Amino acid sequence: MDEPIVCRCEEVTVSEVKRAIVEGYDTLEELKRHLRVGMGPCQGRTCLPLLAWILAQETGKSLKEVMVEVSVRPPLIPVPFELWREG
Amino acid sequence: MRLERHPILEFVRGKRITFTFDGESIEAYEGETIAAALHAAGIRVLSRTRSGAPRGLFCAIGKCSSCLMTVDGIPNVRTCVTPIREGMVVESQRGPGKLNPVFRHRPHEAVCKEAEVVIVGAGPAGLSAAKVLLNHGIRPLVLDENPHLGGQLIKQTHKFFGSRAERAGTRGFSIADELVEEIEGEAEILRQARVLGLYCEDGRRVLAVAHAEKLLLVAAKDLVVATGAQERFLLFPGNHLPGVYGAGAVQTLMNVYGVKPGERALMVGAGNVGLIVSYQLLQAGVEVDAVVEAMPEIGGYHVHAAKIRRLGVPILTSHTVVRALGKERVEGAMIAQIDGKFEPIPGTERELAVDLICLAVGLNPSTRLLEQAGAQMGYVPELGGRVPLHSPLMETTVPGVYVAGDCAGIGEASTAMLEGELAAFSLLAKKRFEVREKIALVQRSLEKLRRGPFGERPRTGKEKVFTLMKEVAVG
Repeated sequence: MDEPIVCRCEEVTVSEVKRAIVEGYDTLEELKRHLRVGMGPCQGRTCLPLLAWILAQETGKSLKEVMVEVSVRPPLIPVPFELWREG
Repeated sequence: MRLERHPILEFVRGKRITFTFDGESIEAYEGETIAAALHAAGIRVLSRTRSGAPRGLFCAIGKCSSCLMTVDGIPNVRTCVTPIREGMVVESQRGPGKLNPVFRHRPHEAVCKEAEVVIVGAGPAGLSAAKVLLNHGIRPLVLDENPHLGGQLIKQTHKFFGSRAERAGTRGFSIADELVEEIEGEAEILRQARVLGLYCEDGRRVLAVAHAEKLLLVAAKDLVVATGAQERFLLFPGNHLPGVYGAGAVQTLMNVYGVKPGERALMVGAGNVGLIVSYQLLQAGVEVDAVVEAMPEIGGYHVHAAKIRRLGVPILTSHTVVRALGKERVEGAMIAQIDGKFEPIPGTERELAVDLICLAVGLNPSTRLLEQAGAQMGYVPELGGRVPLHSPLMETTVPGVYVAGDCAGIGEASTAMLEGELAAFSLLAKKRFEVREKIALVQRSLEKLRRGPFGERPRTGKEKVFTLMKEVAVG
């Protein structure tokens, strides 16, 4: 592997992201769903700012435009099954 | 390798214990985290991805998930914030890990409790907020996911600048001790309490917290979020290799646990963090081959730059890391000079025989809990990216949810402490405490700290946040 990694958890590379943008996945939410980038155990904490930067570079949009809300779902960190309640 | 002698720190280690890593017996000391103990034993590859690529430590404060391992049969344990115990069975995992085949779901009863004020994060901001509340007779519940309180102050060995009121002249870790001492025994403090999410139940704000192997549901009337920030990552081939560490992770290893992070380092970034950590690396006996800075100027204070230059460390401006070398871990780094468009200039590449690439390229506010709370966010590059909109009194767009410190916009520990106090006073004012004078005093101190050329970015950023906040209030 000789390519910069954007998302360590899901092993997504810069060129995979760029290719997806060309294919039309040009929002953070779409890139997440298409590549699983940002959907690993860290939930995008590390990669989403980088992803937004690539998206801005490739689409000519400003960072402000691309840095829109993506869903932040619980649990925020990995948690053992035992903690979950019934119901 | 563990550090025995250090010019500033004295490492008092706990009881000697033994654990296993992939079947091999390893000695460690009580009080260390799993990741620190493994690092001390020379183990850098902690786990592997689905495709088999190695993964190691990166942030060392529980945020990046790069250190997940299987511990006593439980996959995806954050080994950087989990203390090592006698007899622990630690295993590397591949991809998402495997559930223990003998696992049977035995749900525990959740523990429910109520709190007038919950503070999430016991760093400089959260601890300062707690102290102010205690002074006014309110006993907050303080939650922190780390084994130690004090946030990132615990690894700051340098003396703080500023005035006496801001504890200038005191080393960061001593400030942490002082702040903890002021609230210990008074506030209700839960260490290693991991906030999993924020829910709305019957119109109440409920925090789901994992603590002491139980689920804790806390109904919080008011909430102060002081969750800090996390290290930025950089794009270059080999950036995922174990040995590419955030500057904060390197500080945690050497200054908190007394573990040498490597033998030879390349520092990326000549802001204050890059310069200070370079000096600390030298204090820990690590050679620093160079500090590279993409900008044409050094970003940090010149007094810090002069200190490491005197010790023979070159600071190369308009330079960056273009590649990490090595297959399983960092075995070298390629650096190059860059042009005005930040592109490497052909022919200027140079190889450094380092085993550690330390990234000090800025921080991003940790805002996920605030986003769940429904707080409106704004993009303010001066404050590190997406930040929660808040009033000059630190209240977000969600009434009763306050912010302080780096999660409200990247600043310094001194401003984080003041923001923590301000958030608490602001909350008290809502409860009809007479604190107007106190608020004015803290605001004046904040303004003073943000004066001058180095305060310009946060000052501009905060002004933008307040303007955006006003627009929300009007619209």
